[in-house]
Amino acid sequence: MYLLRSQVGRKIVMAVSGFSMLAFVVVHLLGNTSMYGGPGSMNAYASALHRFPLLIWLFRLILMVMFYLHVFYGIALKLENRDAKPEPYVVEKYKQSTFAGRNMIWTGLLIGAFVVYHLLHFTFQVTNPQISAGSHPDAMGRPDVFMMVMLSFRKLAISAVYISAMIVLGLHLSHSIQSGFQTVGLNNDRSFPIAIKGGMVVAILITLGFAAFPIVIFTGILR
Amino acid sequence: MDLTLYVWRQSGPDKPGRLEEYKANGISPDMSFLEMLDVVNQDLIRAGEEPIAFDHDCREGICGTCSQVINGIPHGPVEKTTVCQLHMRHFKSGDTIYIEPWRARAFPVMKDLIVDRSALDRIMQAGGYVSVHTGGVPDANAVLIPKDDADASMDAAECIGCGACVAACPNGSAMLFTAAKVAHLAKLPQGRVEAARRVCVMTEAMMQEGFGSCSNHYECQAVCPKGIKVQFIAKLNREFMKSRM
Ligand code: HEM
Ligand code: FES
Repeated sequence: MYLLRSQVGRKIVMAVSGFSMLAFVVVHLLGNTSMYGGPGSMNAYASALHRFPLLIWLFRLILMVMFYLHVFYGIALKLENRDAKPEPYVVEKYKQSTFAGRNMIWTGLLIGAFVVYHLLHFTFQVTNPQISAGSHPDAMGRPDVFMMVMLSFRKLAISAVYISAMIVLGLHLSHSIQSGFQTVGLNNDRSFPIAIKGGMVVAILITLGFAAFPIVIFTGILR
Repeated sequence: MDLTLYVWRQSGPDKPGRLEEYKANGISPDMSFLEMLDVVNQDLIRAGEEPIAFDHDCREGICGTCSQVINGIPHGPVEKTTVCQLHMRHFKSGDTIYIEPWRARAFPVMKDLIVDRSALDRIMQAGGYVSVHTGGVPDANAVLIPKDDADASMDAAECIGCGACVAACPNGSAMLFTAAKVAHLAKLPQGRVEAARRVCVMTEAMMQEGFGSCSNHYECQAVCPKGIKVQFIAKLNREFMKSRM
């Protein structure tokens, strides 16, 4: 397919898949806020999701395709771009690019590793089986997702992993939101500064939003 | 002014190169950077040594031939200025200055500070033109062009093809160059006719020449001596998507 052979086309694939995952991440964050409503609201939200298995699997399938495309072309682009600049300058100086922008591949791969751990932890529940939701139904017989999250984040190691991962995600997004707008051609003189500042704000909000869960649980603010 | 230079010396393509130290003494602050190198070269020639090879032509900032990375920045520390228009008053006596050639896979070093930039010409040959009938001169203003479009087109057309964008890009990408050429023609009615084909063949040629892709770092815009904006890259991306529809 020409889109996947062209450098510009591949970048558009990166942006579309990245924005799809970003949309998921935002919805995921909003859904998770039901933690603040206590066990009743969190467990009701979780079991409501599972009432539509077909829909869930459709979304999971789309997300998996996006994830695959993003990782595959992310690595491919990085290798090509490294090859296009074989010799570094003796004096390296950057006027405009950011630490986050130059380390997209590393923040990306760390997020990838975190996603695998996150799924093993909360979805397949293999890393800490003793706290899995399935084995502790709540008073209404639903899987006690609230308790599973509470027990997890009371552990320092788990909280630390989640908070670090969200900082890494924030770094990735701090460059990539404005970058994605540029890639799909949505930048002109007026929108460009908005995309740069807005992207940064969204990245920070997402990091703080997710990191808040382990923080309030570990410190005992949410009990 | 007295300066210490570290200059990349390489006797030919595929030969090993290294930084060599030179003293540039008694330099006038009114000299351009290239005139300072002329003085150093005079001393080298008198001493029976090989002078430093560097590219230059107009020396008035319009041809895009001069090409040196000065202390890590293509065209040096002054914004929107080519090396030939960079004056020594922007340096201090006693400064140490590192001078390196443009670096990119697609720009092989020929000698010292001279690189082969013909890859940019081949991107132009692929599609950086409009096909017109030869013959009588058309009437002025026979094709009306809105002022904003004409202005935007001329902004893009300011690109002198020096390759600083490639030299600054961590990916060795020629995206700003290619985008300027694509946008400059796509903004005009005469260029619309071949716009869809042009953006595809020019970006294809860019890839074939070994340039990287654009990760939107915007280093290119920061060093461009003509202030070409990265908004033209967004324009290229739009043109690409239009061409696929
Ligand atoms: C899972 C592992 C991931 C890897 C290996 C990865 C890798 C990358 C790389 C290397 C780039 C830069 C491409 C370039 O310009 O050269 C990139 C861009 C991007 N990433 Fe990721 N990423 C990952 C996860 C994510 C996630 C979870 C999101 C969203 C929540 C995301 C959103 C984006 C966006 C929006 C872009 C900008 C695309 C553009 O520059 O046009 N990425 N990613
Ligand atoms: S020598 Fe012509 S632009 Fe510098």
